[in-house]
Parts: sequence; structure tokens; C-alpha cells
Amino acid sequence: MIISFTLNGRSRTVEIEPSTLVADLLRENLNLTGTHVGCDTSQCGACVVLFDGEAVKSCTLLAPMLDGGTLTTIEGLSGPGGSNALHPMQEAFHQNHGLQCGFCTPGMVMTAVALATNNPTPTEAEVRRGLEGNICRCTGYQNIVASVLAGAAAMHAPGSGE
Amino acid sequence: MRSFAFHRPTTLYEMSALLGGVADSMPLAGGMTLLPTIKQRLAAPAALIDLSNIPQLHGISAQADVLTVGAMTRHVDVAESELVRSKIPLLASLAAGIGDPAVRNRGTIGGSVANNDPSADYPAAVLALDATVVTDRREIAAVAFFRGLFETALEPGEIITAVRFPVPSAGGYAKFKSPASRYAVVGVCVAKKAGKVRVAVTGAGPGVFRVAVMEAALERTFTPDAIAAIKLGAENLSSDIHADAEYRAHLVTVMAKAAVKSALQTS
Repeated sequence: MIISFTLNGRSRTVEIEPSTLVADLLRENLNLTGTHVGCDTSQCGACVVLFDGEAVKSCTLLAPMLDGGTLTTIEGLSGPGGSNALHPMQEAFHQNHGLQCGFCTPGMVMTAVALATNNPTPTEAEVRRGLEGNICRCTGYQNIVASVLAGAAAMHAPGSGE
Repeated sequence: MRSFAFHRPTTLYEMSALLGGVADSMPLAGGMTLLPTIKQRLAAPAALIDLSNIPQLHGISAQADVLTVGAMTRHVDVAESELVRSKIPLLASLAAGIGDPAVRNRGTIGGSVANNDPSADYPAAVLALDATVVTDRREIAAVAFFRGLFETALEPGEIITAVRFPVPSAGGYAKFKSPASRYAVVGVCVAKKAGKVRVAVTGAGPGVFRVAVMEAALERTFTPDAIAAIKLGAENLSSDIHADAEYRAHLVTVMAKAAVKSALQTS
């Protein structure tokens, strides 16, 4: 079947098998390997992407569902005004050492962007609850939570372009 | 994954024709259970009939003292609905506690109720609130709907279109959750309406069930203390890596007391 959707701001039309998962479409067909597959059982959150602006696990979303929708992956994040600089949330992870091995990071960042978009001033408790579906096997949660708090503030700071 | 065909009907009529006409087809709601099940090869449908584009299955409405939630309404929509929060707050907080944010952005009430996982949250609320499960063919009272482990009164090709909840005068839901999945190790929903009380337990046994002795005690006195001395026997309860049957029996009383406390605070 043929589906059309917006991927990271650009219209895409692709032919797929109906049983294709979004994570596989991204990684195998479209060469966007920033989205990671950790558990493939919708528990770890490494594969989180934004579908119509909401965090979803791309290993548990069928590609046919994308038709007519908007998908944003870690590759689609950008700095203020669409610049090549890091997105404020990515910059916050960099500044706060919010990653160790980095495998969970794409999912953490995408979940964090959705969280901070819906809740511009989250508390630490709200951040921890918001990250319940994302597992860091290095257990680096303290710095991840600090990164999300800093990233949320940066996303909504005057002049951030958000 | 094994290959399958994909259909996206836009009317209930078209949906019924596909489910009845395409061999080995299955309805797809949010897919939070069905897709992992297909990946594990525990299900192998030849076709999925996606329900997401049928307008009648979406939305939340209220008439007098009845709240109607469309089958394809997602957990996040129930959790954040001002209408649900004002009419049946326990339902909003229950939905906010299912899985994680990404799961709540996809999972639906109809999918959860139709699947009838023995540890799912919604069946406890549907049974305790004496809800009516509305399908594309008929209306089924909650007491007649749940038939044990993953079994319901739904016939092949029959789908849930909505769940109708009578608004209780007081109600609460409390669960002891698995820290990994957030499924209920034991969850108890308590609802009071017109002097009648219902206590429904999920997670503890092979399917959601009521506790008549707690209901009678709470109809006499609606306080946590009224049921503090009531302990379920462990014989019909589940044992697994998370909790053995004895512990689950203990948790039923603890969670029931917490649910009553919550009901008293929010009513």
C-alpha cells in the first residue's frame, strides 16, 4: 500500500507492506537510524517519536496509521528558528550530562520534548512520572531529570523560538 | 512481522462488512495489546480492520447522570477530560494511571474492555460503576460482559462502540501497580449509588470479580474501617512472580480500604 505523511517537515510518499512497523520503516526503509529499538516490546521507550505532536512508541505503531499524519523523529529536531544548532532539549542533555551510553537518549529527548510542550513548567515529580515509559539501563536518571527540567525552561525562554 | 492486509473503514456498516467478509480478520483499536501479541506470534490475523477512522466511536458526552465514552477514546483523553473529571473523577484518575504517556496516547477504553486482561484497570471500573457496554449489535450489562481470563460476552465480529457509566454518588479506585508495567497487581474500584455499593477487583484473579461481603458491609457503613477485617481466601487468586495468592488476598483489603478513602475524599 502507499501512504503519504509529513516526516520532519517534508512530505513523503512511500510504498509499504501493511504489516510494517514505524520503527522499521524509519530505520530500514528511510535510513533514519536515530530512532533506536531497545526492547521491541513497547516497554523501554528508546523508539519514541512524535506522531501528530504526541509521544508514541514507534515499535508498536503500524506504518499504515501514518497516512495523512505528521511524524517527527530525533533527526527532525532543530535549534531556534530551524537552525542547525541543537534543539534546546538536546542542548540541555549535553550540558547536564543527561546520557551515558546514549542508547535511550533519542526516546528520552522525544518524550521530554512532548512533555515540555504540554507542560512548560514541569516539577521534578511530573518529569519523573512523564518518563515512566522510558528506561535508561545505565540508570542515569538523576541527570536525565535535571536535563529535562533545564530543557523545558530553555524551550520556553524568551527568544527560544518555541 | 507476518504480513497481513490492512483496512481502514469510515463507517460501522463498512467495518461490519469487512469483519464479517474478510477471513481471519481482527479489529484494531489502539493496538497496545494486539500489536505486541502479533509480534509474539500469539495471534496471526490475515487482516486488521482499523477502527480509528469511524467517527461514531470517538468522543465523550454526558446526559443527566450518565457519562458515555466512545470505544476509541484514548486513555489520555479520558484522563484529561473536564467532563469526566467533573462527573466521575475516579475514571479520569484510573485512565491517568494506565501504562505510560506513550501508551495512554494510543490505548483505548474499548480495546481494554474488549481484551479483558485480568490485570487491566478499566474492567474494575466498568463492573463497579455498573456500566453498560454498548456494541454495534446490542447493549450488555457489565455483570454479564466479563467472563473470566480474556473472555467476554462479545461474539465474533461484534465490536464495542461505547461504554455508558451511571454517575455514582461516590467512587474511588486504588491499585497496587507493577512498577515496570503499571498493570494492577491488585486494583479495587468502589462505587456507591442510591444506597447500593459495588466493589470490583482486578489483577487478583483470572478475571475481574465482585466482593459481595465487602459490598454489604459498605452499604451498612461506608468507611474504610467497615471492611478492614474482611479478608478474601487465597484459593481462587493468582500467584506469579509479582505476588503470591496470599499476598494478593491481603492487598485486596488494603486497596479496597484505599478506594473507599478516595471515594470519601472526592465525593
